[in-house]
Amino acid sequence: MNRLLKKTYRFALAIVLLGAGVAIERTGLIAYLSDPYEARYTVRLMEQHLRLVAVSMLMATALGLAVGVVFTRPAFKRYSGIVMYVVGLGQTIPSLAVIALAMSVLGIGFKPAVFALFVYCVLPIARNTLAGITAVPPWIIDAAKGMGMSDRRILLEVELPNAMQVILAGFRIAVVINIGTAALAFLIGAGGLGEHIFTGIQLMRADKLLAGAVPTTLLALVADSLCGLLGLLLIPKGLRLREETV
Amino acid sequence: MGNVLDFLVANADRCWLLTWEHTWMVLVALVGAISLGVPVGIAITRHEQWAKAILRAANILMTIPSIALFGMLLPLLSLIGHGLGKVPAVIALVLYSQLPIIRNTYVAIKNVPPEIVDAGRGMGMSRWKRMIEIEIPLAIPVIVAGLRTAAVMNIGIAAISAYIGAGGLGVFIQQGIARVYEEMIVAGALLVSVLAVFVDGAMALLESLVTPKGIKIGRKLGS
Repeated sequence: MNRLLKKTYRFALAIVLLGAGVAIERTGLIAYLSDPYEARYTVRLMEQHLRLVAVSMLMATALGLAVGVVFTRPAFKRYSGIVMYVVGLGQTIPSLAVIALAMSVLGIGFKPAVFALFVYCVLPIARNTLAGITAVPPWIIDAAKGMGMSDRRILLEVELPNAMQVILAGFRIAVVINIGTAALAFLIGAGGLGEHIFTGIQLMRADKLLAGAVPTTLLALVADSLCGLLGLLLIPKGLRLREETV
Repeated sequence: MGNVLDFLVANADRCWLLTWEHTWMVLVALVGAISLGVPVGIAITRHEQWAKAILRAANILMTIPSIALFGMLLPLLSLIGHGLGKVPAVIALVLYSQLPIIRNTYVAIKNVPPEIVDAGRGMGMSRWKRMIEIEIPLAIPVIVAGLRTAAVMNIGIAAISAYIGAGGLGVFIQQGIARVYEEMIVAGALLVSVLAVFVDGAMALLESLVTPKGIKIGRKLGS
């Protein structure tokens, strides 16, 4: 049964890939991308896209981690419920609305787009950092205290590694959302691969449209799997093993 | 801010119309997503070997950026003459809802305590009856939590679908940006955010209503 399943699966995968190839050729995407001028232009848009994502993610990760760490310290712990609520509320706000509001406040261009992406991506990171650190079992922290660790070492060597799985899940969500939302940044004049997509829709040109949509999708998928690899690097071995056996 | 209020008052009819259009799209998509996702979620608890592959496929679907998915559906659906408009929008919304709905259904049914199911078996219930009368009622709170995630997400994606001519509140944002008409942009963003927050609250209420009193299946799955 299982072997049959695997064979069907592989067969289906081959068919899908073949179909995708034919579709790409038929819509003229290959011809479009083989044009040296258009190819260079697409690469440039991709660079713009990546710059938007990288800058905003860097800022969002820093602030998100900081918020998560600060509001789990004893002095600020009582506010963590409120922060969690506000963050949860913020996450329900649609991405297009955030982009539009950023434009109406800050105008158009690279900076407002980065600001919108940053604001939108802080939320999942902060939320998961908060949730991850809160979920670290108290007896582990007690054990660390018993070993005479300072608060700082407890945070760095006990709490963060134990929460890493959850934090990374938040980071992953943030990256994927960020790449998708960065495509909307074109609307407020920040360029990126969204330029191909929106222009393609307006001109009803499938090749131009796909030249934006396919790379954006690939970027998101690659980032998603890179986050999986990052997990292998950042999550301590012992915790990973426990995760697998449970 | 006052100007935005003026805009909302002056265009109250249009606001209601677009809000209704938006809600309607999300509603149709949710109904479609439930009738596709819940049976699939239940089916993969019975056929474990499919579970991983299905969940991974749903995860990949969710990873595709929404505007890119609209883009890829466009040439595909123009073959049947529906490249733009509500059809691709609703299809995309249904696809995006699959991960939260399938995953929550799967996890919820898996988490039904086996001793309760055994008790049902001991009472002579058939497999079908055990599912209808024990497993699904106990799983419903978690399934509704998945619906909540899907509904809120769909409201956001439906706003983007204004760019493929599907209508809804995104129209305010789209036209506002095109005309640099600030009041219109802010009104659109505000209305769609309020709609999302409102639906989130309403679904939370529904979630607590359908949770059987004696059983505390907490929200183990967040967004």
